[in-house]
Amino acid sequence: MNEHVVLMQGNEAVAEGAIAAGVRFYAGYPITPSSEIAEIMARRMPEVGGVFLQMEDEIASIMAIIGASLAGKKVLTATSGPGFSLMQEGLGYACMVEAPIVLLESMRYGPSTGMPTKVSQMDLMQSRWGTHGDHWIIVLSPASVEESYRLTIRAVNLAEKYRNPVIVLSDETISHLREPIDVSVSPTLTDRKLPVEKSGYLPYRTDISLVPAIANIGTGFHTSFTGLVHGESGFQTANGHVAEALVERLRDKLFNNLDDIIQFETDRVEDAEILFVSFGITARGVSETVETLRSRGRKAGALRLVTLFPFDDDRIRQAAGSARTIIVPELNSGQLVLLIKRVFGDSRKVVPMNKINGDLISPQDILDFLQEENL
Amino acid sequence: MRLDFLRSERLPNIWCPGCGNGIVLRALLEAISQLQLDPDKVVLVSGIGCSSRAPAYTAFDNVHTLHGRAIPTATGIKLANPDLSVIVLTGDGDCSAIGGNHLIHAARRDVDITVVVFNNYNYGMTGGQASPLTPAASITTTTPSGNMDRPFDLVNLATGAGATYVARSGIYFTKHLVDHLRKAISHRGFSLVDAVAQCPTYYGRFNRKGSAGQMITSQKDWMVLKNVADKKNPEELAGKVVIGEFVNIIGARQADIDAAKEQS
Repeated sequence: MNEHVVLMQGNEAVAEGAIAAGVRFYAGYPITPSSEIAEIMARRMPEVGGVFLQMEDEIASIMAIIGASLAGKKVLTATSGPGFSLMQEGLGYACMVEAPIVLLESMRYGPSTGMPTKVSQMDLMQSRWGTHGDHWIIVLSPASVEESYRLTIRAVNLAEKYRNPVIVLSDETISHLREPIDVSVSPTLTDRKLPVEKSGYLPYRTDISLVPAIANIGTGFHTSFTGLVHGESGFQTANGHVAEALVERLRDKLFNNLDDIIQFETDRVEDAEILFVSFGITARGVSETVETLRSRGRKAGALRLVTLFPFDDDRIRQAAGSARTIIVPELNSGQLVLLIKRVFGDSRKVVPMNKINGDLISPQDILDFLQEENL
Repeated sequence: MRLDFLRSERLPNIWCPGCGNGIVLRALLEAISQLQLDPDKVVLVSGIGCSSRAPAYTAFDNVHTLHGRAIPTATGIKLANPDLSVIVLTGDGDCSAIGGNHLIHAARRDVDITVVVFNNYNYGMTGGQASPLTPAASITTTTPSGNMDRPFDLVNLATGAGATYVARSGIYFTKHLVDHLRKAISHRGFSLVDAVAQCPTYYGRFNRKGSAGQMITSQKDWMVLKNVADKKNPEELAGKVVIGEFVNIIGARQADIDAAKEQS
C-alpha cells in the first residue's frame, strides 16, 4: 500500500486540502457538523505559520477572513446551515469587493436548528441565492473524502483566480465519513493577480479577463474597498451605468470562463434511456443503482454535477445525452430538479425523487422508487 | 496635519453643514501625522453610517465594510499583517448596536486595533433615529415622545469588556482629542476613543440644542476633565460627561499568554 494513502475524515480532508492549497488564515465558529475543521485548524494553523481565530459568531468569522484576504492571505471558514445563514451578508460583501474567500458549508437537516446531526441537501439554493441582490458564486460539490480534499484545493485556486467567493458545499455524511485518500501529489497553486504600477493605479480597472488586479492592503497602493456600487477607482457612486457595468462584469468574469469552472462526471450517458442527475453524497447511491440496473439489462446512466454553480443549461443539455426519462434524486423537497426542468422543459420526462427524513438515499430506495413510479 | 493624507479629488464630503465628523477626522489625521506613521502601513476600516464614510476621503488603504462589521474585518486585517496600524472609524449605532457583540469580543481579546467612535448620539445617515448612545428622554424620529431606554456608557462598556486603553473626548477640546487618539493608536492592545461630536441636522434640531456652533461650544459646559471630576462627588457630576483617559494598561495580556505557553 502506498505510504501516502491515509485514512481521513471528510472535514479533515477539507482542512488539509486548504493547507495544501496555501490557506494560512482560518476564522470560524463551532457548529455541527463542521466543528472538526475549526478544531483541526486550531492545531494546524500555528504549525504552518498561519492564524486561527475563533470568532464570536459566523458574521464575525466571514468578515475576519475577508479582512485577511484583502490583506493578502488565502483564507477559509467553515460552517453549516444556521451559521451559513448568518454568513450571507458577508458573502455578498465578498462578491462586491471581489475578495477571494473559500467557505465550507456542510449541509445538515433544516430549516432552523433542524436536526444538526442528520444529513440533507437542503441548502443548495441558499448557496446560490442566499445573499441579496444579483450576484454570482462558485459552488463545488464533493461526493467523497478524496474529493473534499481535491475540491478544497480547487476552490482556493478558483477564488484567487477569479477574485470571487467559492463555496465547497459538502454535507453531514461526507464531513464525518472516513475514507483512504492519497495526499502525495503536490497541487498546482494559483495566486491572485497583483498590480505592478503604482502610478495610475485603479483597483477595479480590468483587462480582458474582467478580473481586477487589486493590491493587497499594506503594500502601498492605497486602495478603497466598499460594498457600495463603485467604479474603477473603488470609490462609491450612484451612477446607474457604472452599477450596471459592475454587476455585468461580476457575472461575465465567471461566465466567460465556464470551460474552466464547470466540471461534471458522466457514467454511461451515451445510450442511456434513463438518466440520474445528482450531486454530492446522493450521487454515490446513484452509481450503485446504475450498476444494478445495467446488470438487469436496463440502459441507465448518471450525470453528477461537481460544479453546481455557475449552472449552464447548454452544458447540462449536451452532457445529458438523449435519455427520455431523467430522475433527480436529492435530499430536499426538490431544488436541483427545478434547474433540470428548466433545461429540458417538456422535451424529457423529468422526475423528482426526494427524501427528507434525515437519511441518505440508498440504491434500494431508488429501485423501489422506479418500481412505484413505473419508471 | 499632512494634506496629502486626504484624497482631495473626493471632496467635498457628504456630511451636512455643521456636522462634527470632519473635526474628528481632522483630529485623527493630525494624530497619525504626529506619530509619523508610514502612510503605506495605515489602514482605516469602517462600517455603515455617516462617520463610516470618513476613511474613503483619506489616502490610506481603506475598507468600508458592512453595518457593524468593521471590527471583525479589522481583526482579520491586523492578524493577517501585524505590521499595519489598523484603525476602525465607526459611529455610535454602528459600533454599539449592530456591532456591539464584535466590540466587546475584540476588547476581550485585546486585539491590537484602535476604535474611534464618532459619537453623535443618533443614526444620522438614516434620518435621526435613536441609537444605544442616545441619552434618555431625548427626542429622535423613533423616540417621538422621548427615549425611554437608558444609553450605554461606552467607556464603561469597553472597560468592562477588557479594553486596555479607553478614553473619551469631545470635538470642542481638539488638542485633548488629538492627544488621546495619538495615545490610543500607539497603545499595544485594544484601544477605544469615544469622540463626542454633534449632529445639528437631527439630534440637535429635535432636541433644541441650538446651532452647530452652539452645540460644539456647549461641550465645555457639560463635559468635565477626568482629573477635575475625580475630585467631585456624584451630585456635582450629575448631567456631566467626563472626558479623559480611563484605562491604560500596558502588557495586560502577557501573563495570560505566558500561562498558555506554559500549558502547551
